[in-house]
Amino acid sequence: MLEMLHRYGPDLLTGFGLTLLTWVLGTVGGLVLGFFLEMARRFGPRFWIGWPIRAYVEFIRGTPFLVQLFVLYYGGPLIGLRLDALPAGVLGLSLYGAAYFTEILRAGFDAVPKGQIEAARAIGLPGRTIVWRIMLPVMMVSALPALVNFAIILTKETVILSMITVPEIMFQTQTMMSETFAFVLPILILALFFWGFVEVISRFGRRLERRFTHYLLEES
Amino acid sequence: MFSFQTIVENLPTLLGAARYTLLISVLGCAQGLILGALLCAAALSKRTALRRAAGLYVSFFRGVPLLIQLLVAYYLLPVVGINVPPLAAAVLTVGLCAAAYLSEVLRGSINAIPKGQAEAALAIGMSPGDLWVRVLLPQALKIGLPAIVNELILLVKASSLVTVVGIVEITRMSQSIASSTYRYLEIYLAAAFLYLAINLVIAAAGRLLERRLTV
Repeated sequence: MLEMLHRYGPDLLTGFGLTLLTWVLGTVGGLVLGFFLEMARRFGPRFWIGWPIRAYVEFIRGTPFLVQLFVLYYGGPLIGLRLDALPAGVLGLSLYGAAYFTEILRAGFDAVPKGQIEAARAIGLPGRTIVWRIMLPVMMVSALPALVNFAIILTKETVILSMITVPEIMFQTQTMMSETFAFVLPILILALFFWGFVEVISRFGRRLERRFTHYLLEES
Repeated sequence: MFSFQTIVENLPTLLGAARYTLLISVLGCAQGLILGALLCAAALSKRTALRRAAGLYVSFFRGVPLLIQLLVAYYLLPVVGINVPPLAAAVLTVGLCAAAYLSEVLRGSINAIPKGQAEAALAIGMSPGDLWVRVLLPQALKIGLPAIVNELILLVKASSLVTVVGIVEITRMSQSIASSTYRYLEIYLAAAFLYLAINLVIAAAGRLLERRLTV
């Protein structure tokens, strides 16, 4: 067992690293893209922007991530989009995350009291300041749990990248399993890794939540 | 060129494979709801041990990717002497995982039911079992319906992962068709729209049910 760890340790570590990397890039990419989609939908023309975004969200939410990845990675070259496995995986994760994030952000922005926005407009704040200084902080209170929740779901979607040969942790352990025929140790390592990973993120999320809702707690 | 013909030719095969997707989703969902209700009861019980156990269960099944849970069921159980056929392993795992999510949804909904109702039911001498089956669960299902429909849609999509234990459902079938026809884009898009169709039906059914129940 120790021998096996010694032999596969470095591979497993690079696997962990890649999993973390794809998760961070995918989440950040998804958040940024989701934010832009939401801004476009909120302030753009309803017909030309609103409907395509709605169709996009429905498509992404209605089909499995695995199938989306296959369309992107294997189908992409047919329309001239030739990507390596890793960029394709990160792009796929971001596109997938963006659809969910944009919906969460929409619900969050909708929950911002209208009076606050009207007040900000009345004292002459420019649109961008209203979004950044009024809407975003208020919205975070209601949307943060859902955002963290989805970031956690994304950690678990990263293992699907192994299906398009991204050498992340799942891929590494599968190689390990098929070379040594040992199943218990690799699967245990995987399960423990993800459990710990998700616990860390949810702890961090709870701390962030406390940060954003601090002023609410003080009053009561 | 995009070839619609490939899609038309292979559609019957894909639809045949869709039966497995539906089978796993329906059985997984039934198992998830039943087990989820029990888990939720455990999570809300007065006994600390039960609450802890439910918490651990939920944390494990929500914290470990389904893909890995499937591998555990399929590869680890035989190691300890339990041989499960692929389909059983798939349904079981998907159901166990769904139970964790559904129990949380139900817990939230039950907390939203006014406390007085449970107290009243106990006061007129209902047994705890009756209280759950006749008072709490029906209302929890109604309150949590949107979230439950959401979980069901996730379940249908999660069923694509059972390819790893060798069950030929939509995704696996499209993989093999695509690799024999070299029509990756067409086949995978067809698979995507098949899933989309299933999920749109579920979403529509959910909305219909919501309207019916809230009247």
